[in-house]
Amino acid sequence: MENGQGIITAFSTAEPFRWVGLVWLVPLFPAAATLLNGLLGRKVIRYRTGQLATVAMLGALIVSLLCIWDIARTGQPYNVDYFIWIGVGDFQLPFGFYVDQLTAVMLFVVSFVGTVIFLYAIGYMHGHPGYWRFFTYMPLFAVMMFLLVLGNSLPVLFVGWEGVGLCSYLLIGYFFDRDYAAQAGRKAFIVNRIGDFGFLLGMLLLYWTLGSVRFTDIVEHAPDIYPAGSVMITVITLLLFLGATGKSAQIPLFVWLPDAMAGPTPVSALIHAATMVTAGVYMIARLNLLYSLAPISLLVVGTVGALTALMAATIAFTQREAKRILAYSTISQLGYMFLALGVGAFDAGIFHLMTHAFFKACLFLSAGSVLHAFHEDRDVDIFQAGGLRRYMPMTRLAFLVSAVAIAGIPPFAGFFSKDEILFEAFAGGYILFWGIGLTAAFCTAFYMFRLYSLLFSGEFRGTEHQRRHLHECPFIMWFPLVILALLSLVGGWVNIPGLFPKFHAFLRPVFAEAHELAGPHRELAGARIWEISLALLSVLVALTGIFAARLCYVQLPKLPHWFAETFPSLFIASLHKYWIDEAYQATVVKGFYSACRLAQWCDNRIIVAGLNAFAALIRHLSEIGTQLQTGYVRHYALAIVIGVVFLLIGMLL
Amino acid sequence: MLLTFIIFIPLLGAALLAFLPRSNDRLIRDTALATALLDLLLCLPLLCLFDYNAEGFDESLAESHAWVPSLGVGYLLDIDGLALVLVVLTCLLSFVSVLCSFRAITDRVKEYYFLLLLLQTGILGTFLASDLFLFFVFWELMLVPMYFLIGVWGHERRIYASIKFFLYTAFGSALMMIAILWVYFAAWNATGTPSFALERFYEMSFSVTAQRWLFAAFFLAFAIKMPLFPFHTWLPYAHTEAPTAGSVILAGVLLKTGVYGFLRFALPMFPDGAAFFAPAIMILALIGIVYGALTAMAQTDVKRLVAYSSVSHIGMLVAGILAFNVEGISGGMIQMLNHGLSTGGLFLIVGIIYERRQTREVSEFGGLAAIMPVYATYFSILMLSSIGLPGLNGFIGEFLILLGLMGKSILCAAIAATGVILGACYMLWVYQKMMFGPVRVEANKGLSDLNAREILTLLPLVLFCFWIGLNPRPLQKTIEPSARNIVRIMAEHQTQPSWTDRWPGTASAESVPQDPDHSR
Repeated sequence: MENGQGIITAFSTAEPFRWVGLVWLVPLFPAAATLLNGLLGRKVIRYRTGQLATVAMLGALIVSLLCIWDIARTGQPYNVDYFIWIGVGDFQLPFGFYVDQLTAVMLFVVSFVGTVIFLYAIGYMHGHPGYWRFFTYMPLFAVMMFLLVLGNSLPVLFVGWEGVGLCSYLLIGYFFDRDYAAQAGRKAFIVNRIGDFGFLLGMLLLYWTLGSVRFTDIVEHAPDIYPAGSVMITVITLLLFLGATGKSAQIPLFVWLPDAMAGPTPVSALIHAATMVTAGVYMIARLNLLYSLAPISLLVVGTVGALTALMAATIAFTQREAKRILAYSTISQLGYMFLALGVGAFDAGIFHLMTHAFFKACLFLSAGSVLHAFHEDRDVDIFQAGGLRRYMPMTRLAFLVSAVAIAGIPPFAGFFSKDEILFEAFAGGYILFWGIGLTAAFCTAFYMFRLYSLLFSGEFRGTEHQRRHLHECPFIMWFPLVILALLSLVGGWVNIPGLFPKFHAFLRPVFAEAHELAGPHRELAGARIWEISLALLSVLVALTGIFAARLCYVQLPKLPHWFAETFPSLFIASLHKYWIDEAYQATVVKGFYSACRLAQWCDNRIIVAGLNAFAALIRHLSEIGTQLQTGYVRHYALAIVIGVVFLLIGMLL
Repeated sequence: MLLTFIIFIPLLGAALLAFLPRSNDRLIRDTALATALLDLLLCLPLLCLFDYNAEGFDESLAESHAWVPSLGVGYLLDIDGLALVLVVLTCLLSFVSVLCSFRAITDRVKEYYFLLLLLQTGILGTFLASDLFLFFVFWELMLVPMYFLIGVWGHERRIYASIKFFLYTAFGSALMMIAILWVYFAAWNATGTPSFALERFYEMSFSVTAQRWLFAAFFLAFAIKMPLFPFHTWLPYAHTEAPTAGSVILAGVLLKTGVYGFLRFALPMFPDGAAFFAPAIMILALIGIVYGALTAMAQTDVKRLVAYSSVSHIGMLVAGILAFNVEGISGGMIQMLNHGLSTGGLFLIVGIIYERRQTREVSEFGGLAAIMPVYATYFSILMLSSIGLPGLNGFIGEFLILLGLMGKSILCAAIAATGVILGACYMLWVYQKMMFGPVRVEANKGLSDLNAREILTLLPLVLFCFWIGLNPRPLQKTIEPSARNIVRIMAEHQTQPSWTDRWPGTASAESVPQDPDHSR
């Protein structure tokens, strides 16, 4: 196929017009904003860059809504190839988009949350010297995220995957003149690259065994090629999952996310909470069929998810900085999503992905508004805060709503999605996962209300100077907060089990085949009763967590100290994040630097030295040769005579 | 005649320089620049006239004249897709390297540009010659100007570096010359007429034992030039001590002559020898990927770091070629161009900062992004291109190489893929240390950002990086016939099956229709 023809066939079809055919506009809007802001932002557009980017994002949102509406109306997925991107030999890879119900959900999350956060960032970033730079990278991130969710093959997805990683790197290092930010950016990039290593290999292995890396082909052919549970599919899915653990900050590659909080808060909200870090969840949900063929991989996914959920939640207990706590919370919530994927409840995982995007973005933006009040870019020590409810009522309300939502109290959004994950785990017979999830739910409620209490309750503990400057954020910042808080409340109502299961019905076509492969879903006897009682139990657990936190940090502030002194090892382990960073530093990083020095040593001492020895040998030989040239005529005459004698003897014989 | 023009215009320009007054630096500079520009512009008709559908060499552009008929030496020029790409790259980088020397070279200006243009002729001839004798003449012609460029206009340890460079390459050349003479006389004996024409050697089939020896001799010369681990130790010295233009040409195209010779001479002439040595070379290439990256990370001199990164990249490229499938070889060929663009660009970047600060120590910098934002932007794009970020050129090459390797062996692909991680490690490290953080050294505070001339040197490279990354199809189509030729030749001599032959499900294209028209 010729280069240009793809575009022509994409646009001049005889098929009836579909709104989803406009999907190419979705990444185009932010791409235009990136180009304009990048080329003209510094000198010409300057403080209009924010508005430009937000308008572009709004355009993307409108087109996305049209596409989603089309998908919902027709129920038909839409696949389009624009042109051949990489084509060598048998490998002909078109650049194209695939829109189905799963993409629709992701499109909505990215464009909607994106627009809201862009709006917020106009206010939040105001006055920063690199304003234009910020609003060049942010739409670029949006472009890449759209490519990630729209791509119709793994390599196109990978373009977005690496692209969002790059934007994450650039935006974590936004304050590049500070060492910690530059360091955090690099750490994020390299840790992600380790994951991408797995992703790449998995993708290539898939190509050589299946013959294609396009999603439509994968769905069509995978069950014929890979016997369920075969080694090859297990290896492929595990390699891809390694990529997911990097991007979505799961054990063992989660270490970059807490440091990534060095970026400006809107970045943390959009990239490191709502969208980019969910890419791994999306990828596995997209390849749900492959994972259903590999039960071992699913078990690994679920185990990693459950362990990460619990580990990150317990670390969040003792951290002092607001954004850092939220980062561990994100890791923990992502763990829930992987737990859902692992038990085969793909739709529940995606549901949680969506509600989490709402309430976690809201939490981050509220924290950002606190940072704004503190005139602080980096983070705020929650022990130096307190009593902010008096100064920042809107922020406090938004934070409270989203904290309740994440804790899992009905009728807030988090309750529906999290409870469904727990129920699915229980119903699938993964009692251990359920138990871990329930424990993590308690932890979530606890650390979230610890954070809330220390920030907003009690009396202000910071300096007098800080206190005088405390203020509610401007309209352009609290308005997005209100929108997100509202969604944290109602976002879960799209899927109320038994009454209004719209969300699952919408996603059903995407996961139908995988569910079929997994065998008939084991029905719990009296499922309804179980579901209600389990829900009651998890609400009870969440309420206990909230009350425990209020007790510890409002009523009896001595209680945490008593706990820390009574169980010092537990407290210190959590405070030091189980020394995982230190362990990596001591093994991987140190080992790497030793290997570098070893290689350098080899270069100097073995290869170069070996060659020098060779050169010395040559010189030595030539010196022996030189000694023959004594300069005495009698020596030469002797040599001639000897030579003649030898010649004569030779001739005579 | 077009190919002859392209090869010898730089030589004519050099001859013209000889008649210009020594005192007028500006005139000399401009003449050199005009010559390089003219040669670059001549690539346009070449690109238009080239027959992209030709299988292998484009007959319409080929040139054939007798030179020394009694010995069978001919003036034969041929061009295929790969040579076309490399010729354009050479002309582009030569232009860039003339332009980037304006401020750096103030001493013996006339000789400098003379040698630079002479070097260009040598390189272009090497890519186009289709007669072993002619090839060898151009091959040696490259050596001399480079030797002087490093030795006269280099930095502190230039003499040491230039002699090292000369000895290494001359050693390889000597072995190759013996092998050339051997095949020449063997062919003479077999056919009765003397000839150095490459085509004849393609058709001859030497005995397997002879092929192994001959391949080894040719390969050693090329491996030193590439350079493949462990023959690379001349490279860090040559790069570090060479003036910026020298490094750009050296990394950008001179190293490619090694890979090119491997593809054009060693492989097709001695396929059995190649098949015999392929596993060993693959191991060296894979070691080179990891080893080059690790050593790069241990450097404190930016230029040395970039030089060692070349060792890693060349290892990757050679590994791709040795996969002996279309994906891997095309990837390797694309990576030849990519490496020229990104590493050439990185040497320009290093040169620019060296001109301002007279040091290349990483620790001397820091925080430059705040002082030189435009510089930082170009640096970042070239760095990202070098570490293979999708959307830029490096990804296309690396992806195809890994794809090809995966088709050959999972283990090889996995080892090569660690280069993806390691590349990010050292590149981001050096970028962070130089560009980010607070400005620590007082001398850096007043540095000026790029001027128009410097932007002009970098911009074409960066534009090519984007173009290849976003739309690599034209490039892929250009080189694919060359890659197919190698695959065809090696398929007849290949002994080791790849794992995909044994895996039941793999039928790459056959099992699944790849035609995008079927997708909707």
